[in-house]
Amino acid sequence: MRLYMKYFSMHLQSQMQYKLSFFFTALGQFLVSFTALLGIWFMFMRFNAVEGFSFPQVLLCFATMLMAFSLAEFMGRGFDHFPRIISNGEFDRMLVRPRRVALQVLASQMEFSRLGRLVQAILVFCYAIPASGVNWTYDKIITLCLMVICGSIVFFCLFLIYAAISFFTIEGLEFMNIFTDGGREFGRYPFSVYGKEALRFLTYVIPLALFQYYPLLYILERKTSSFYMFMPLLALPFAIPAYAFWRFGLSRYKSTGS
Amino acid sequence: MIRLEGINKTFRVARRKSGFGRAVRALLSREHETIHALRDVSFTIEDGEMVGYIGPNGAGKSTTIKIMCGILTPDSGKCEINGRTPWRERIAHVRDIGVVFGQRSQLWWDVPVWDSFDLIRDIYKVDAREYKRNLDELVTLLDLAEILKTPTRNLSLGQRMRCELAASLLHNPKILFLDEPTIGLDAVSKLAVRQFIKKLNAEQGVTIILTTHDMQDIEALTQRILLIGKGRILLDGSLEELKKSSSQRKTIVFEYTGKDPALCEGMTSVEGREGRLVVSLEPSICSVSEAIAYISAQVEVIDISVSGISAEEMVAGLYREYHI
Amino acid sequence: MKKYLAIFRIRFINSLQYRAAALAGMATQFAWGFMEILAFLAFYKADPAAFPMEFSQTVSYIWMQQAFLALFMVWFFEAEIFNAITSGGIAYELARPVDLYWRWFSQSVANRLAKTVLRCLPILIIAMLVPEPFRMSLPATHGQFLLFLVSAAFSLGVVISFSMLIYISTFYTLSCTGVRIISAVLADFLAGAIIPLPFFPQPFRAIAEMLPFAAMQNMPLRIYSGNIAGINAFWGIGLQVFWLIALILIGRYMINNALRKVVVQGG
Repeated sequence: MRLYMKYFSMHLQSQMQYKLSFFFTALGQFLVSFTALLGIWFMFMRFNAVEGFSFPQVLLCFATMLMAFSLAEFMGRGFDHFPRIISNGEFDRMLVRPRRVALQVLASQMEFSRLGRLVQAILVFCYAIPASGVNWTYDKIITLCLMVICGSIVFFCLFLIYAAISFFTIEGLEFMNIFTDGGREFGRYPFSVYGKEALRFLTYVIPLALFQYYPLLYILERKTSSFYMFMPLLALPFAIPAYAFWRFGLSRYKSTGS
Repeated sequence: MIRLEGINKTFRVARRKSGFGRAVRALLSREHETIHALRDVSFTIEDGEMVGYIGPNGAGKSTTIKIMCGILTPDSGKCEINGRTPWRERIAHVRDIGVVFGQRSQLWWDVPVWDSFDLIRDIYKVDAREYKRNLDELVTLLDLAEILKTPTRNLSLGQRMRCELAASLLHNPKILFLDEPTIGLDAVSKLAVRQFIKKLNAEQGVTIILTTHDMQDIEALTQRILLIGKGRILLDGSLEELKKSSSQRKTIVFEYTGKDPALCEGMTSVEGREGRLVVSLEPSICSVSEAIAYISAQVEVIDISVSGISAEEMVAGLYREYHI
Repeated sequence: MKKYLAIFRIRFINSLQYRAAALAGMATQFAWGFMEILAFLAFYKADPAAFPMEFSQTVSYIWMQQAFLALFMVWFFEAEIFNAITSGGIAYELARPVDLYWRWFSQSVANRLAKTVLRCLPILIIAMLVPEPFRMSLPATHGQFLLFLVSAAFSLGVVISFSMLIYISTFYTLSCTGVRIISAVLADFLAGAIIPLPFFPQPFRAIAEMLPFAAMQNMPLRIYSGNIAGINAFWGIGLQVFWLIALILIGRYMINNALRKVVVQGG
């Protein structure tokens, strides 16, 4: 843990040296999700609701996904860059250090400019939370927090899987973007918008709906059973196959080289 | 102590095709090539030895090193380093070794060297007092005092290599793997690095395994050479022995005035410039004294030096001999 | 000219080698298109009257957008060019500044075409085979298709001449990442990459249609899908030509300026 904080301050120190570039990159990140937001806003200027969800309600979804993603991205950027770490030999260097490799990958990259997205998520929440017409009792607040926290863990596991795949092939990696970037982009609308089959897939296979959709129903009082409140926690076991896959990939790397 | 017995390792590599038609076919089916990187590799290295590990590119050097570091798992065979099997007990094993990769740096690019060292200390959990002691010693030996505060990106290659060496020794490893440590360095830095490595081995008894293509490194540092070619250990012996047994050829350097002399049988020109001639001599055909007399008869010789075969030539000859 | 054909050939063969990458890329784009259409479908079901384009036109728009992604999107920058500028390698190319602009231009064209050619066909084929209402439709007339081709070509020109401006601005700023992202994000948004321009409310729509970005993917995609047809299509292409010339002229001016400065300062 202390070691992680050391890495943290090193990265901070290193990136702060390029203040102007940092600022522009953070601004760029902000704009990327801002245009997505504009897209939603423009649509809702025309349509009042989609699948029964109003604009502020959809924004709750959007902000949740954005915040969960940017937290996961900030922490797990090292895994996102993992193909490069393997191909330039940096990973071999990590194997020579007496620490768990996963920890080293985690600590290897912390892009503070990604926080631009986090800032935007907070701003959107500031608007959406009051405007959505929700009665914010304690249980609803807890639900929202669970959504974000479990969401970032699930995204992080997706990054882990992405990195683990690069143990096997660097080429076929792109499709994981469907779930990471795609999860964030498509997650701007509640997943029921995409139809029953999509919803089922996102519930049982890649558990994005477990923290984006069902708890949302609870918050909007369309479902009252408190089971829905704790559904994000059901997504956590996703970490087990994700980590297992990572370990498997690691052992295979050690036996076949790169 | 390092002991390898019967290590084997093969890789499967997909073959890439060139040209349009073959590329389309490659889209549908993939051909694979099997590469035998290591075949029945065995050797033992005692504590405190300094070994040069040489061989042409692709011979299996880095594969062996990776196995010894615990990064790679061999297909078969045993390897024991200080009582451990490297790939099975990676974290414990790696704590006792240091590695320097000549071309890839382990220092963080934008921060001062001192901060990189500090982070490494944390990674290896080095005791504070021991760390200070090591650091002071390394700073003195490698002359790092002025560059500790400089970010790595501002260092020259020579300075960086000295810092790399220090970084790999901060945790007092018993074994040091050096992969091309002097590549790209200027003459002064090379000498400094060699000096340091020699001292490290002599005074601290650190076992050193050196892979290099620079034969001067080999001559200056190592007593023992392991030659690997096409995955097999071809030679394992001391440098002197190898030199003696490989060839009796001599190298003579003439400095002279006058026009270029002709050579007699048994002499082959290695380098010829105005006023300076380097010949390789086969003493069985033409003895050293005969050669000197022959040349002196043609030109006015200012200076002569006679030496045994250089490590460079010996190794090139070995490569030829073993067809690697 | 031969050189650019060679570049194209090499990159294309290269992309064939990495078949897993090609497959993965196609799968990603296909999934992306599919999900986008589903989202639009939900909006359509919510209020068909408020839909500014016919639904089938929207479907075609999205599929074509995905199939020709590398051709239409601004964010496919050439890292090579950025590196050449920031590393100072440009100092060696000063002998022929005119050539530099066209060299980069043609290089970009060759690269984007190479990336597109492999991926577009499978996506288009599948897009035409999926069931309604997800199916892509073919243009109503031959003329419409021809207009689409012409417009697509000009669109490519506008996209690249715009990216040239970004490359050239690096001469002045030296640090590229932020500018790169910001310009690409804004350009693509205003070109209709996130949602097609017809969905923009007024006055945003009016403003956007006056900007050079409307001459990028917006035009050919809408011509193809039939959203812009007949005489409007000709006007649209005319607008593209205007912006193409304008951007090229600005770019040429800027690059000559920048190179002159480089000469004075010695790189």
